[in-house]
Amino acid sequence: MAIERHLNDTVHVTNLEWFVNWSRKSSMWPLGFGLACCALEMIAAFVSRYDLARFGMEVARPSPRHADLMIVSGTASKKMIPAVRRIYEQMAEPRWVIAMGACACTGGIYKNYAVVQGIDRHLPVDVYIPGCPPRPEALLDGILQLHAKVMKEQSIRNPRVTRVKVAGE
Amino acid sequence: MNQEGIRDRLVSKFGEDVVSDATMFRDQLCVTVTKDKIREICRFLRDEPDLAFNFLSFVGAVDNYPRTPRFEVVYQLNSLRHNHRFRIKVRVEEAEGGLGSVDSVVDVWPTADWHERETAEMYGITFNDHPDPRKLLLPEHWTVFPLRKDFPLEGTDDTPDLPPQTN
Repeated sequence: MAIERHLNDTVHVTNLEWFVNWSRKSSMWPLGFGLACCALEMIAAFVSRYDLARFGMEVARPSPRHADLMIVSGTASKKMIPAVRRIYEQMAEPRWVIAMGACACTGGIYKNYAVVQGIDRHLPVDVYIPGCPPRPEALLDGILQLHAKVMKEQSIRNPRVTRVKVAGE
Repeated sequence: MNQEGIRDRLVSKFGEDVVSDATMFRDQLCVTVTKDKIREICRFLRDEPDLAFNFLSFVGAVDNYPRTPRFEVVYQLNSLRHNHRFRIKVRVEEAEGGLGSVDSVVDVWPTADWHERETAEMYGITFNDHPDPRKLLLPEHWTVFPLRKDFPLEGTDDTPDLPPQTN
């Protein structure tokens, strides 16, 4: 039946799309990028106690051109947002965004003139993680949710194209 | 030197008229001085050996809207040599069709630079002869003064997320 049997299980047969998705999610490189107090929980998730390396994510890249995943960890002020958008634009496709914490999701307690009321006004967010700040376990769960989402993508037939939203669009 | 002593030194140097108000609260004296003499007063407070306010802790402002004069600029002084502190204020009126102004004290204490820039952008007070009168914290394209009492906390159409598109 399966061709593997005839080759004494020395090969593994799958479809290309599954394989592409699996390789993308198994070595997703996050951008080393912290905006506020949530960044400390993100750092805790990276180091030995929570050990993000278990999910192939230990290589935080300081350059957006090497990164797949932007974890928006914290309050995005309006002064900061042109820089955040520029960093996102420099990331290579395919790229994903996690909004970590109440501020990145909605602006949080900062409903004022200086803070962007949710990073999804500017970036296409894939996973929202609530909490103020979320614990490292919550971040790990959000990342696993993102992995599940990546595995469902039609990476070959219908590759994702993400664009930065333009103001007023 | 105690707080009244510092006030008496000011009065004996500049005359009774210069101190328009002096309030004692929790053993701290807050002296309001006339606006046009602020630079000479600051230089005097810094240079006199028994006062020696060689460190300017802070410059800020208070918006007393809707009272007039609307603004007060507050200078918090500290003397590292004598370990005494003093607070002086000047009243700044909102000018018709423009911004109120007060002389900059950057040439007395260089640290006043950033404090005055922040006060200027947050309250809309011009500091005359400031060496670098740019905004400090707010985006350059904003034309509003967020710490004024009549400014809505949640912002207006004049506080957009992004600068206007140039292309």
